Amino acid sequence: MRLSTEHVLPSKLSLPRGAGLWIALLILAIASSLVSPHFLNPANLLNVLRQVALYGILGVGMTFVILARWIDLSVGSVVAFSGVLGARLLQLGYPIPTVVACSLAVGSLIGAFNGLGVSIWHVPAFIMTLGTMVMTRGFDLMVARGGPVDPGPAAERFFWLGGGYLLRVPTPIYVFAAVCLVSHVVLSHTTFGRTIYAVGSNEEAARLSGINIAFTNFSVFVIGSFLAALSGLIFLSRLSVGDPNSGNGLELEAITIAVIGGTSLSGGEGSVVGAVGGAMILAIIANVLNLAGVTTFSQQVVKGAIIILAVLLEAARSRRA
Amino acid sequence: MTTGQTPALRLQEISKSFPGVQALSDVSLTVERGEIRALVGENGAGKSTLIKILSGAYIADAGHIELFGEAVAHPTPAGMIAKGLAVIYQELAQAPHLTVAENIFLGQLPRRGLRIDWATARAESRRVMDRLGFDIDPAARVQDLSVAKRQMVEIAKAMVRDARIIVLDEPSAVLAQAEIDQLFAIVRQLAREHGVAFVYISHRLGEVFALSDTVTVLRDGKAVHDGRSADLDPRALIRLMVGREMGDVYPRRTPRIGEVVLQTDRLSDRDLLRDASITLRKGEIVGLFGLSGAGRSELLRTVFGAASRSGGGVQLFGAPADVRTPRQGIASGLGLLPEDRKTQGLFLIQSVGFNIVAASLRRIALRGFISPERERAAVNEQIQQLRVKTPSAEVQVQGLSGGNQQKCLFARQVAAGCRVLLADEPTRGVDVGAKREIYDLLVELASTRDLAVLMASSELPEVLGLCDRLYVMREGRVVKELGARQTSEEEVMSYAALH
Repeated sequence: MRLSTEHVLPSKLSLPRGAGLWIALLILAIASSLVSPHFLNPANLLNVLRQVALYGILGVGMTFVILARWIDLSVGSVVAFSGVLGARLLQLGYPIPTVVACSLAVGSLIGAFNGLGVSIWHVPAFIMTLGTMVMTRGFDLMVARGGPVDPGPAAERFFWLGGGYLLRVPTPIYVFAAVCLVSHVVLSHTTFGRTIYAVGSNEEAARLSGINIAFTNFSVFVIGSFLAALSGLIFLSRLSVGDPNSGNGLELEAITIAVIGGTSLSGGEGSVVGAVGGAMILAIIANVLNLAGVTTFSQQVVKGAIIILAVLLEAARSRRA
Repeated sequence: MTTGQTPALRLQEISKSFPGVQALSDVSLTVERGEIRALVGENGAGKSTLIKILSGAYIADAGHIELFGEAVAHPTPAGMIAKGLAVIYQELAQAPHLTVAENIFLGQLPRRGLRIDWATARAESRRVMDRLGFDIDPAARVQDLSVAKRQMVEIAKAMVRDARIIVLDEPSAVLAQAEIDQLFAIVRQLAREHGVAFVYISHRLGEVFALSDTVTVLRDGKAVHDGRSADLDPRALIRLMVGREMGDVYPRRTPRIGEVVLQTDRLSDRDLLRDASITLRKGEIVGLFGLSGAGRSELLRTVFGAASRSGGGVQLFGAPADVRTPRQGIASGLGLLPEDRKTQGLFLIQSVGFNIVAASLRRIALRGFISPERERAAVNEQIQQLRVKTPSAEVQVQGLSGGNQQKCLFARQVAAGCRVLLADEPTRGVDVGAKREIYDLLVELASTRDLAVLMASSELPEVLGLCDRLYVMREGRVVKELGARQTSEEEVMSYAALH
């Protein structure tokens, strides 16, 4: 008896790597414009871009962490804490540069703590960052004394960072662009960036190649947390109030952006450009669901499903490789 | 049906293609009960594809499979196991945290009601072990066993599942000689006394002659030879595999030996290595031979700084060297070619170029920024000089053949300015043709670039054929220094095995 014949696919369409993401984005944009006539309205598009910037910064930070094949669950708490701390310091009358520096420094310290735990004490990243997630939320509620923190009237100029416009484009977009540019250069054109890919693809091989793996592992957590703190400051200036309960679930948003952007959860593969695309896809989906009048509750269902879908697609892709 | 006469396994005109590649064309293979058939061929000849088709992991485009005279219409992995076929892969699919008994009965533990019947599982395991003559405690954890014993656990598992055809995929690549001898004895016993049919895949030709009754040679997806092993000699077999006449297996050379570059003085580590003292000179290729667990890798890794030492000293280029990390090792002119290419050496998903410059990032960068020109120049220089066969520097290194992957790792050491190369099993898992290329490369590095090579190997002919001198290790100690030309396999083994 003849064996059943496996259908051999015609040779795969030769698209450049990562092209699927941009095709998906294009299809999504076209579909969105059909769902709602308001989608292509310039004001709406700028609004979408503002969302891209807010979440994209977190996604880029998470890309660093996942590239080194770790995960950071504490970024949502860091976003909240950084905002609350900033609000409290503004309320106490500190000048804006000091406030920004303080929040970023504290965010980086939390990242450093995660980095130490993972790279020196060898605590699994999932557990380590779950611990700091809860701890940071605690600090956050302590500084906020349980309720929202009003930064006070002196902070008007600070609100420009998140809510203002420069040449009719929302300011967070400039911040995001700068973050992307620097991150891209670091990852693609520096020896440090190269060590992140090396450690993420094979830690032992990286060690035997003379790469300081403890430093690399430590650094990615600091970078991820620094960017989370930056994102927290932008959230603060956008909302004009430090909300200690904000930022819940943002770590998942960040992970989703990285994964949709083509970052492999097993490390060593991914890019800043991909994270930008991932952030755009997520922001457009949220936007069009809003425009279509879908409730926030149903939106949660959709978001959760997207995470699973993104990981499934990634798994299918790595099986093929 | 007269079952006594039908062959255990019959593959007829199996063909399989992947996009762009005809992996197998019209391959036929028959194995009688109690027969040990060797399946040999260079990497890429189609051995793995054939095994995957046999195990049900791949579906052939065309051809028949018959087990014990019965046609298999829709082979699936579970179906083939149920029909009495077991494939034991080189990288064992075991649950290391579980016990031997649990592994043996994995997926079919005996039950009493809803509870697992551990007593029966252990007793059954013990019975199978006794029958096979294995000295393995069913209650031991698999992770605590040597690779050889793990392989025996797999064989026991196959027996429990009543396997009557066992495929061994390069079992010896990870075994030392004594362990191989033990494995062979078991294979022969199962074949002769229990009528189990074996398909044995190996790169080591000596084993083919030592073990197999018959041999099938695959070349470029075709079966080019099928006959009795006794009718062939190693040279004829190599000729069949590579399709051309090979010169001597080991390159000839006249070493130009210079001053001492590496000297260890009573080097010890925390567990295995004890008072190891060796000397290595410029231009020299020195072998480090021992059975598995003799401390070969440990010595190389300790010198390189990849494992921490607990005593003794190292002198490099005439000066005391305190190498504590691989980073310092590389900076001092050492290079380590690790034992396991895939888990310790390669960044599999990264490009060939990425892999070549991974240990010399500072050399291709200016103030931390990688210079694309320098990187390209460094990568192209190494690809040319070490004759790495790759479509480009940008393709993923995992797409290359084993030999070319290994060359990428050589290239990494050379690019990083290595002057003393510590090569741990440099030809493990590469095919015959590629082995010769790696020997040539080692000789070339030693003679034209004045590198000193310290090469750990578990293949004695290779050590004797290639090296100038060799050190024999046993139980963490260097027990003997021998001139490779003045000794014999028997003499080396007498030092390597217990006196």
